[in-house]
Amino acid sequence: MSEAILKISDLKVNYGGIEAVKGVSFDVPEGEIVTLIGANGAGKSSTLRAIAGLVKPAGGKVEFKGEDITGKDPTSIVTKGITLVPEGRKIFPDLTVLENLRIGAYLRNDDLTDDLNWVYDLFPRLKERSWQAGGTLSGGEQQMLAVGRALMSRPKIIMMDEPSLGLAPIIVRGIFDIIKEINNRGVTVLLIEQNANMALKTAHAGYVLETGRITMSGTGAELLADEKVKAAYLGT
Amino acid sequence: MNGTMQNSKPLQTPEEVAKRQGMWLTIVCLGILYVALFALDNFVKPSKFTLMLIPVLKKGAIYSLLCVSMNLLNGFTGLFSLGQAGFMLVGAYAYSIFSIPVAQHASVYQYFNGGAIQFSIPEALGNVLGVDLGNFLGAIICIIIAGLVAAVFAALIGIPVLRFKSDYLAIATLGFAEIIRAIFQWNGLGTITNGSNLLRKYTSFSDMKFAIGGQVFKFGTIFPFLIAMICIILIVLLINSSYGRAFKAIRDDEVAAEAMGINLFKHKMLSFVISSFFAGVGGALLAMFQTTVQASAFMSAMTYEILLIVVIGGIGSVSGSCIAAFLYIACSEWWLRFLDSGKLPFGNIEVSFFRDGFRKVVFSVVIMIIVLFFSKGIMGNKELSFAGLIRKIKSKKAAKAAKQEEGGAA
Repeated sequence: MSEAILKISDLKVNYGGIEAVKGVSFDVPEGEIVTLIGANGAGKSSTLRAIAGLVKPAGGKVEFKGEDITGKDPTSIVTKGITLVPEGRKIFPDLTVLENLRIGAYLRNDDLTDDLNWVYDLFPRLKERSWQAGGTLSGGEQQMLAVGRALMSRPKIIMMDEPSLGLAPIIVRGIFDIIKEINNRGVTVLLIEQNANMALKTAHAGYVLETGRITMSGTGAELLADEKVKAAYLGT
Repeated sequence: MNGTMQNSKPLQTPEEVAKRQGMWLTIVCLGILYVALFALDNFVKPSKFTLMLIPVLKKGAIYSLLCVSMNLLNGFTGLFSLGQAGFMLVGAYAYSIFSIPVAQHASVYQYFNGGAIQFSIPEALGNVLGVDLGNFLGAIICIIIAGLVAAVFAALIGIPVLRFKSDYLAIATLGFAEIIRAIFQWNGLGTITNGSNLLRKYTSFSDMKFAIGGQVFKFGTIFPFLIAMICIILIVLLINSSYGRAFKAIRDDEVAAEAMGINLFKHKMLSFVISSFFAGVGGALLAMFQTTVQASAFMSAMTYEILLIVVIGGIGSVSGSCIAAFLYIACSEWWLRFLDSGKLPFGNIEVSFFRDGFRKVVFSVVIMIIVLFFSKGIMGNKELSFAGLIRKIKSKKAAKAAKQEEGGAA
């Protein structure tokens, strides 16, 4: 197993008096796909938001390549190479596809041609529509745009919050193929999913989150075979 | 030589060709506009018509700038701010305080022993460069000072206020505009602001003239157009830059913008300060136009008026704001005047209910209709440009040609 690029220890997130994440610890090894699965309200999104700096953690530690980045602002976290694809896509509807992609590279000052070509390579559909407003794309295309936009920051680790949300099964499969493809290019992926079946099949390692705590962990295949996981998340 | 140069270049896309053609057409049209304005100032005999037209043009140009600067904040950054009149007031005062001739201080600041500031930038420059050039350059320097002072006020106000969102931001900025108005009327600052009294006798549009070869040429109408155009071009350049993209991203989705690493506070502040700078410049131009300034005139109604023009023109459209500004000013100051006069514009027919104030009634109804049924405004969030027109005509031509070909084949 390669070294952990992202190390979360005892992370806690509070909203007012409510504890959403109650001390979560896990490692994301470099170059792998790691997934967090769990039901609604388990604290998956809050964990990602805390890593991305969008909420300040109430306790615990986030380390990126051995450096403590707990509670840093999103700008410096993105600069370090951690990018979040937010839940519900959140593309910029009034900006064109190309402008959306350029916003993804906002903190970079170097040449974007290679990265643009890579994103257009991954998603030829986006190239066709590069002059269209983001809001006019279909749900699947918007998800592609959200992923492409995140890739434009040239991340070391990309965090995806439910990329399959509200998409048709065939498009979901396409999205997961893309996730593998991105990973093959050396980008570490931290994936949050309700679609546990697809997520565990894709991921190298998985963690099960329940009401703010990690209750199970293992490789994707192990968790897929686990009786409790099957009963709770796979519906078989 | 020109031909070989073009041949050596890689083939241009139709997009680029349309853009370049559009730019040239725009430059030509602006050239014609400035020649016409120059003629209007110098060669056209004053008549009832020009007496209405010239002020409407001047005020329209000033309001274009004010609306575009508000649009930068409300339309492109998505910050609903109602502080425009406050920043205009700051700009108008900063301009006039620094450009009142020293000799006039005693009469302007008659209740405050001639005031505290005993110098005038246009006059000081005039002593060195001659009166005309001094007035011109001095006015420009004072306008820049006006913008800077307004920007400093905005930076100070922005620190607490920009933490608010939507309606709360609107209320807070509105409050600050009212506070500024009250402070500028305060007697304690009278030696600078002249309290609640008028500031007057400073450099105005009528001072914009040059003697060339023994003949005096006036530039009173060109001046506001020139300043407003330069400012609007700067704003458009900003909007099309990567900062502008970040502004639009914040408008579209704050959370996603933050997740992309855009520092929300820094960019909101930038937009707020720049918008206020140009509001200050607009305020200075308005002061030049009015020839007198009084804080009590910069009411929140002035902000609403500008907001209304922005909405009519289309939130998020620079050209829409400009078109709407000229239309609005022309309607309110000129075309709908007859409604107050008791007579129809043609013939000599008396209409009993065309009395003072009826213009406002009709105007309100027109505005209500626009807001209710044309809520996207004249332009929506699109821009009017020659490049766009050329592209449209070309694509239409192409479609026609394709159709004919199809017809020929059939």
